[in-house]
Amino acid sequence: MSRIGVAFDKARADGRALLVGCMPAGFPTVEGSIAAMIAMVEAGVDVIEVEIPYSDPVMDGPVIQKASDIALAGGVRTADTLRIIEAVAATGAPVVTMTYWNPIERYGVDAFARDLAAAGGTGLITPDLIPDEADEWLAASDAHGLDRTFLVSPSSTDARLAMTVEHCRGFVYATAVMGVTGARAQTSDAAPTLVSRVRAVTDLPVGVGLGVGTGAQAGTVAGYADGVIVGSALVRCLLDVPSEADGLTALRTLSAELAEGVRTPTR
Amino acid sequence: MSADALAPAAGTQPDSAGHFGRFGGRFVPEALVAALDELDGAWRTAMADESFRAEFGALLRDYAGTPSLLYEARRFSAKVGARVLLKREDLNHTGAHKVRNVLGQALLTKRMGKTRVIAETGAGQHGVATATAAALFDLECVVYMGQVDTERQALNVARMRMLGATVVPVTTGSRTLKDAMNEAMRDWVANVDETHYLIGTAAGPHPFPAMVRDFVRGIGDEARQQCLDLTGALPDAVTACVGGGSNALGIFHAFVGDEDVRLYGFEAGGDGVATGRHAASITGGSAGVLHGTRTYVLQDADGQTLESHSISAGLDYPGVGPEHAWLHDTGRASYQPVTDDEAMAAFELLCRTEGIIPAIESAHALAGTVALAPKLAAELGREPTIVVNLSGRGDKDVHTAGDYFGILDKER
Repeated sequence: MSRIGVAFDKARADGRALLVGCMPAGFPTVEGSIAAMIAMVEAGVDVIEVEIPYSDPVMDGPVIQKASDIALAGGVRTADTLRIIEAVAATGAPVVTMTYWNPIERYGVDAFARDLAAAGGTGLITPDLIPDEADEWLAASDAHGLDRTFLVSPSSTDARLAMTVEHCRGFVYATAVMGVTGARAQTSDAAPTLVSRVRAVTDLPVGVGLGVGTGAQAGTVAGYADGVIVGSALVRCLLDVPSEADGLTALRTLSAELAEGVRTPTR
Repeated sequence: MSADALAPAAGTQPDSAGHFGRFGGRFVPEALVAALDELDGAWRTAMADESFRAEFGALLRDYAGTPSLLYEARRFSAKVGARVLLKREDLNHTGAHKVRNVLGQALLTKRMGKTRVIAETGAGQHGVATATAAALFDLECVVYMGQVDTERQALNVARMRMLGATVVPVTTGSRTLKDAMNEAMRDWVANVDETHYLIGTAAGPHPFPAMVRDFVRGIGDEARQQCLDLTGALPDAVTACVGGGSNALGIFHAFVGDEDVRLYGFEAGGDGVATGRHAASITGGSAGVLHGTRTYVLQDADGQTLESHSISAGLDYPGVGPEHAWLHDTGRASYQPVTDDEAMAAFELLCRTEGIIPAIESAHALAGTVALAPKLAAELGREPTIVVNLSGRGDKDVHTAGDYFGILDKER
């Protein structure tokens, strides 16, 4: 079982959900993103999701778009992302990578899988790669022992949901709303239904993302999901701040609040 | 002929998942797959439905003004050294081939029971065409347009608003067409139940490339018959400009099975492919994934999309429809770059010899034809016959062209 699988099992045994915190690689700088991710781990984030910045992130809302633009303008390369993953994995926290498909195809799918495994990454979350188009990734992830997290959506038919889950390893990513990333005032009504549909076809842990930004919302999602995935709200802590130190303070505070939330599931 | 605009195509079809060889397919969030499947089903059902074909045919005839003329451009021909036949898509309602696609997709939108269409636009031509169809079919219409383009194309923004559309300036990324497309995709993911994304070219995830091609294939079906009627033979070559590539596929498709007819696509070479400032995805790019499909893409060593450059806003896009990528790989069609300067020279030549102001996009096809004619004449040992897709009219380009030629009176 992968490091993420072990972490999910332990959280389940503790009667809580796992907190997954997302941050684009190279935002605000390569070193700054390593510091941010380590601060998140120290403040109670269980799993770090490193997003490879991409020029055309169609699943991302304005906050992560802006952070990705800043990272790319700063010159971050795919090789830097691997270095960041290695540095964060050294803390002992599982590190999963979220990426649009073209950077991986350009790097070489098998070469990336090899280098990701060597860096200590657990696997990939692929927002614009569906299993239908994933033959090369299925083979490479098998060859290098990596997890595969495909997304399921409230609009997925039962047949597609079963097919998608069948190809997942590690955990399943349930997108809580029909929309892009970004914190929302209310958590989704569709998510609990989607999670129970996933549970009907698999024992894999289910993480829920899109729209979670507060400890209370994390507690609500922790009431029915195995993992609570938070991105934009954490990234926002580092956007438009007077200094990097202020940003890290805000990031630690929110991480701790979310960590408390996943430990007090609302049922 | 227009009643048969959707008859089964001769030539090429993708596999059931939309792959043209190694290109095409679907690289999209799972949230969109159900909508793409619904669209695929609605399109296939409509294609087989006599009443849909009749309705589409009647709209093309009575509203869009097709079949468009095939006009023998004698003075242009004399300058070029070939018998040049212009497929006059510039005479269609809204001034370009694009009206064929938007009418087809708007009809499908109605059939799917959706009430809202969204679109991306660069120069504004597809936005205007979509707003036109939305007005005709009583659909809510939102058009995403890069902020850079809304400033460059203020008149088209006004046109869309006159037609009742909401124009949303996109301020992310490079603030041009590719970012408008990203924003439209984000809207679609969030509003897919009631919204159809009316993509403006034969690109994007399956079924868009094949579907859009089928809606515009009347261009080639008409031109092939018109050429036979006029000359008693098929042409030696068919030429078109290629940005996303719908006008080129529209005219190529009928000829793909005619082995003796050479097919040429002319990409926007901008300042020259060697300068890096161009929009020639096939001749200057590499295989990759962009906007839901695998195709040729302008990208850097890490797979980040590069900004494209062209004097023609309609060709200023860093990708190309996957069927073109495949026609290039198989060798059935040839793709070559045409620089801004070459295109503008051909633009001027057509204005002065024929009294026709072409779209700058179409001027790329004319320029490519000018270069092609002597080579083809030498190879064949006679004057070649070349059908050129004059995909749009140049009214929208008067400012750009006037600026290029330095013929605008100074503003006070």
